[in-house]
Amino acid sequence: MPNDNALAPTTMAHDTSRPLVEVSMLEKRYGNSGPPVFSDVSFTIQPGEFVCLIGHSGCGKSSILNILAGLEQPSGGTVIMDGCEINGPGLERGVVFQGHVLLPWLSAVQNVAFAVRSRFPTLSRTEIKEKAEYYLHLVGLRNALDKKPAELSGGMRQRVGIARAFCTQPRMLLMDEPFGALDALTRGLIQEELLQICARTQQTVFMITHDVDEAILLADRVLLMSNGPDARLAESIDNPLPRTRTRESMHHETGFYDLRNHLVDFLVRRSALVSKGEN
Amino acid sequence: MISVESRRAFFLFLALFAGLLLVWQLSTASAPERSPYGIPQGNAEYQMLMGHAPGTTQTREGFPGPARFVASALQALHAPFHNNGPSDRGIGWQVGASLLRVAIGYGLAVVVAVPLGFLIGLRPVIRRAVDPFIQILRPISPLAWMPLALYTIRNAEGCGIFVIFICSLWPIVLNTAFGVGSVRREWLNVARTLEVGWARRVLFVLLPAAAPTIITGMRIGLGIAWLAIVAAEMLVGSSGIGYFVWNQWNNLSLSNVLLAVLLIGFTGMVLDGALAALQRSVTYAE
Ligand SMILES: Nc1ncnc2c1ncn2[C@@H]1O[C@H](COP(=O)(O)OP(=O)(O)O)[C@@H](O)[C@H]1O
Ligand SMILES: [Mg+2]
Repeated sequence: MPNDNALAPTTMAHDTSRPLVEVSMLEKRYGNSGPPVFSDVSFTIQPGEFVCLIGHSGCGKSSILNILAGLEQPSGGTVIMDGCEINGPGLERGVVFQGHVLLPWLSAVQNVAFAVRSRFPTLSRTEIKEKAEYYLHLVGLRNALDKKPAELSGGMRQRVGIARAFCTQPRMLLMDEPFGALDALTRGLIQEELLQICARTQQTVFMITHDVDEAILLADRVLLMSNGPDARLAESIDNPLPRTRTRESMHHETGFYDLRNHLVDFLVRRSALVSKGEN
Repeated sequence: MISVESRRAFFLFLALFAGLLLVWQLSTASAPERSPYGIPQGNAEYQMLMGHAPGTTQTREGFPGPARFVASALQALHAPFHNNGPSDRGIGWQVGASLLRVAIGYGLAVVVAVPLGFLIGLRPVIRRAVDPFIQILRPISPLAWMPLALYTIRNAEGCGIFVIFICSLWPIVLNTAFGVGSVRREWLNVARTLEVGWARRVLFVLLPAAAPTIITGMRIGLGIAWLAIVAAEMLVGSSGIGYFVWNQWNNLSLSNVLLAVLLIGFTGMVLDGALAALQRSVTYAE
């Protein structure tokens, strides 16, 4: 590779400022025997940073996200956010679940309002509704506010899920393959909306994806996981493209193809070698 | 727009109904007069025993044909709520008495069973502790409780209500526990990440999620309750549609018995239809 130096894995510790989240020596096993799903996973997330985690399916990406969300307990290691250890779910971390998880008996606006009321219990009924509608507008949903999830398209549902996570104004947004089930066109639209909102609100995001282009478009930094079982965090790569990148123009930026090739090469070849070579 | 299918079904229904009437008419018109006790009216010894010398005129009605039934039904339904003492009350009054008993016993059962089902569905420990009791109590016929209930409650009214309560309890408990226990984890995780308190979780996540299953249990329970109340009233009642059936049987008024039987079926259908409508209103598409 010609440009390998520029893309060499950076050191795990960022010393620009105090990190928002510090994950150290994280390990997860299901059951007592056999190898762990992953171990020795350490990384940090800076405030306002957009971090994408890429890896093959089954390597434990969702498990890491669920531990960050506080929905699962790690078998070893710690997650520290704002100086406090995470050991349960909380409103300061908003979760967009893999495959929209909307409450099917509530309309779109009611689903978001449910979250608004949880975050701001003292607001009046109309204030809650207004806030819910505001966030639905933010994600580009205007016409289908009173429809039930079953009556919405996949893209609309995912938008509601994102609005629900945003409306609680979390310190960190956790997204588990949010666009995996969407067609390319819808995915592109929502990605761009997400990028705009995050840029405007300085939102910190930790997102799982298996789409290399999505990671390059959205992420400030890409974490690469090797294959399971006993997966490791193999590399952490800063995105050299300018933050003003868009889906249409980003492949004209210098460094795009180097980055892309590097990521694809990792997924195709090196992700399997890491665990075999190191262990 | 009425579809071809439903029009066909309607005509088939009419044909079946007409056929039924025809069979009824033919079998009642041609059958020999029989005593309701199954002994041919011509049996001379029986007639003597019943106090009829041979040759006296027959006043007793046999099984009514459609025409006679409709006439007597109209008469009975003319003043359904008249009340001239325990042995002469209108049929509407009797259905009302049964419904009141069911409302109390079944209402109590719902009030007890739904929270109990939530507890069992949410706490595996409680499920395991309570399960043996439920498994033993559930298959007991409600009528088997009657002697014990009569002895302990010493009150026919309370006894009927208890029978309703005990027989509609179990399906509601089991369905509620099942519905609450199988609420999707993801929905509960949504509530957890939003730090939703337990009261809101129960009322706004678990209850709506499990509502269709709970109402299925309530429909089963109500069906059993309506079956049981008729039998219970036959045994110990002094009012109610079950008592009415038995009373009319003793009066040898088969028209009224038939009318009551049809009314029992109709009322049961209406009750189930009401719960079915409720169920439709809480059912959600995933
Ligand atoms: N609740 C669980 N019980 C047992 N094994 C699990 C559970 N959840 C995940 N796993 C296993 O852990 C591994 C990683 O799962 P997951 O975190 O969902 O991976 P990914 O999101 O990267 O596809 C998989 O092999 C999966 O079978
Ligand atoms: Mg996953």
